[in-house]
Amino acid sequence: MNELIVILVSAFLLFVITLWKRKSPSNLREIPALTRLYRTLGLSIEDGTRLHVSLGNGSLLDARGGSALAGLALLRHIAERTSVSDKPSVASAGDPTLGLLTQDTLQAGYQAAGVQELYIPTSGRVTGLSPFGYAAGAMSILQNENISANIIIGHFGPEAGLLTEASDRENMVLIGASDELSGQAVLFANTQDALIGEELFAAGAYLGAGASHLASLTLQDILRWFVILALLGGAAAKLIGVI
Amino acid sequence: MRVFTAVIAIAAGALVLGGYFLPALAPVQTLLLNWATILAGAAVLVGIFNLVSVHSDKIRRQEKGNAYSVLLLMALVVTFLFAMILRPGHIIMKVVLSGIIIPVEAALMGLLTISLLYAAVRLLRRRAELMSIVFLITAALLILGSATLPFGNIPVIGTFIRPWITQVLALGGARGILIGVALGALTTGLRVLFGADRPYGGN
Repeated sequence: MNELIVILVSAFLLFVITLWKRKSPSNLREIPALTRLYRTLGLSIEDGTRLHVSLGNGSLLDARGGSALAGLALLRHIAERTSVSDKPSVASAGDPTLGLLTQDTLQAGYQAAGVQELYIPTSGRVTGLSPFGYAAGAMSILQNENISANIIIGHFGPEAGLLTEASDRENMVLIGASDELSGQAVLFANTQDALIGEELFAAGAYLGAGASHLASLTLQDILRWFVILALLGGAAAKLIGVI
Repeated sequence: MRVFTAVIAIAAGALVLGGYFLPALAPVQTLLLNWATILAGAAVLVGIFNLVSVHSDKIRRQEKGNAYSVLLLMALVVTFLFAMILRPGHIIMKVVLSGIIIPVEAALMGLLTISLLYAAVRLLRRRAELMSIVFLITAALLILGSATLPFGNIPVIGTFIRPWITQVLALGGARGILIGVALGALTTGLRVLFGADRPYGGN
């Protein structure tokens, strides 16, 4: 029942903070990877190159769904911004359900930009059903489709190294974030500015996706302080022999 | 239509979440999860059609690397036909799995080892900062501490430094990162549940 209380309180806080953020948007600390992503979006439209969003192989039916949903939120924003480009963005997924939502999200982005007729269903792709199969399929997109930036966001393990290697060979801008520790280590070593931990979920807020994204960042900070206090309180209680 | 899909999605999400806490909703939760599993199975077929469509386009337009697309489609059709005729449990299908797919993935893993080693070498050139140096020194100490040598573990590194790094520093850091990821996943899930984010086609 404790979990239900946490969820209900979080939902209430998210609702209230979203209303508050609509009136007074907050200042965000600089995250170099997201600043670079913001610039890359504009540059790709100007120089007529394509962006590739790698959404990984996180299934929506298990605990990895959170990172997949964060990736889709970012894709929605990118699709809207780049839909009028000569070379619209492509997205790849390593899970069939995520692949379906990738196509739906891209289409929604085109609709929001008012250019639904430009939407091409094959711009959202399922490139493989296993982690390495997915990476191998996505590498082919990076090598053959005039991509200028690869945005890796979602559930990735060590196979992210294959994508970063392929991006490096084509001199692409590379931005990486994963919810998996091994994937984060690989991305830290292979990218200029890696997103660590919960920064994966901040991309939407930094790209101006709306008040609810800003509110979720504030809510994460509030919950993090509760976790810190609980950890310190637990340690102190253990030290003095209460528990 | 958009409102209708949002109402269905939010109601389904709320019922599945409620099923974890309220026993009365458990049968509805099971039913919805079973439907989701069936739909996920159907999504595999849609994913395969998507793959076929992308690679057929590539062949038709004679794009760069279309020879690989021909190979992929041929392998897909042959494997699909054999699996339909022989059934997936047949010895030939097992050979396809253990003799082609697993070795190919193992080869990619081998390739990854080399590319990660290369990335580690280039890390300081890419990002000359304190954290990169800490990262490389930690990786070197862990590799040295885990190495199997004829005379056993390297003193101090293998017996004290490596266990201390993995069980104290790395474990603490990993838990911190995972707590952050869990909080991010929670707020993202709540946004979807509220309909603020609609990855199912709404604006």
